[in-house]
Amino acid sequence: MTELALVTRRSPDLRLPRLLAGISYYSVADLRDHERQYGPLPLWGTAGRRRSGRLIDIVDAAGLTGRGGAGFPTGRKMRSVASGPGSAVVVANGAEGEPASCKDRLLLTRMPHLVLDGITLAAHAVGAREAYLCVHGQETGLLDALDDAVAQRRAAGLDPAPIRVTGIPGRYVASEQSSIVQYLNGGPAKPTFSPPRPHQRGVHGRPTLVNNVETLAHLALIARFGDRWFRGIGLPSAPGSTLVTVSGAVARPGVYEIEMGTPAGQVVMLAGGPAERPAALLVGGYFGAWLRAETAWPVPMCHAALKAAGGAMGAGMVIVLPVSSCGLAETARVLRYLADENAGQCGPCMFGLPALADAMAELAYHGGRRRALKRVASLAGLVAGRGACRHPDGAVQLARSALRAFEADAVWHDHRGPCPGVARAPLLPVPGDADWDWA
Amino acid sequence: MNYELRVNPIACDAHGLCAELLPEIIELDPWGYPILLSASVPQSLVDHAKRAAAACPTLALLVGKAQ
Repeated sequence: MTELALVTRRSPDLRLPRLLAGISYYSVADLRDHERQYGPLPLWGTAGRRRSGRLIDIVDAAGLTGRGGAGFPTGRKMRSVASGPGSAVVVANGAEGEPASCKDRLLLTRMPHLVLDGITLAAHAVGAREAYLCVHGQETGLLDALDDAVAQRRAAGLDPAPIRVTGIPGRYVASEQSSIVQYLNGGPAKPTFSPPRPHQRGVHGRPTLVNNVETLAHLALIARFGDRWFRGIGLPSAPGSTLVTVSGAVARPGVYEIEMGTPAGQVVMLAGGPAERPAALLVGGYFGAWLRAETAWPVPMCHAALKAAGGAMGAGMVIVLPVSSCGLAETARVLRYLADENAGQCGPCMFGLPALADAMAELAYHGGRRRALKRVASLAGLVAGRGACRHPDGAVQLARSALRAFEADAVWHDHRGPCPGVARAPLLPVPGDADWDWA
Repeated sequence: MNYELRVNPIACDAHGLCAELLPEIIELDPWGYPILLSASVPQSLVDHAKRAAAACPTLALLVGKAQ
């Protein structure tokens, strides 16, 4: 048994699953389960082939990109933090703000040590003496479980830089990286005006590496198995695997681990296939974009291909909208939520997003007066690019993609009034919406 | 030397003085917040831009040398 585990560790399977290889339906992977699955935390020293800078080289060579939404090259980010003055700080972002995503939650609840390994390796690579793991503060059960996991590792002497598990407010914009940094510095959990960016001056004024928890989990595997193993699957331009959350009208909604570049349609089939005839896919979450089902089906799930198709990868959400639903009504509900979630800091976002949400709601639920469509388009142009963070830009991208993907629908609504689809029960999850069935 | 304009949207409180002092580059949106028609400032307007930045009650308008 032990021998078998050892062999698996030395030549790990190139294929899937990787991050989810150690997952159990019944229990949380404790430190022993974790080490049995992946082997011990590899030691990286300060000199020779295993010096800290070499780990960054390997992450670069692996081509790992951020899995939190922006898709920035992780190695480059680590290098800029490592080259900053003095000791650095590492922040693991596990405060999943997207209502339709639950991959980070899955990692943190089922295999916390993979993420914690990643934090310790990142801290070592960039020369950090402290690290934070941030999750939503209202999830007290998760906070307690993570505290236990950290204590277990402290007893084993695994983390030279202490990891502090920190609860942050559960608002949508609170998980933006400058929000987290400001909150850890004692301020409100709201985005700040940049520069300086966190990698220049972040927590306690130090160069700060903010990474999504899934990115760090990949780092934990790359440090063990190397860059060539990581590149063994996925696309040359977007290597490795990634977690996606598939929901909406599919037979088996849930979190799946896919190769980067898997076509969106194949991801839907992985989740049991469409439960009804699909009209469109919302790819990338609420900062992503609607794509018509036939357009989206063959598009590879990676940042470049989705962007070229007019979409976005975001944090890897795929939501299937059936033909019987109204995409404009769904978009109006999400825009209302995003407008309510604005931080109340920047005027264009504070006033522009509610106006945009109103206009989309008029188009979806009233319409027929040939003015709402024009108003949505002009407000979108007015708000884009004018906030301190990308919150208004994300909302605008969603609104514009709805007008493109549901173009014929939008004209129908604008000329004649709502379509029969608006009467259907809401599909997209919006926190605080009484109409949505959370069961 | 090329100069650039930026607005700090968090600091901006829609006083609107910038649009009065630099109408060539700054317009106001329906809620009174500035829209920059171009980020770069032509040489002939640099002094006006600096004056507008200095007049902003919340110091939200920033004039800096282009990178």
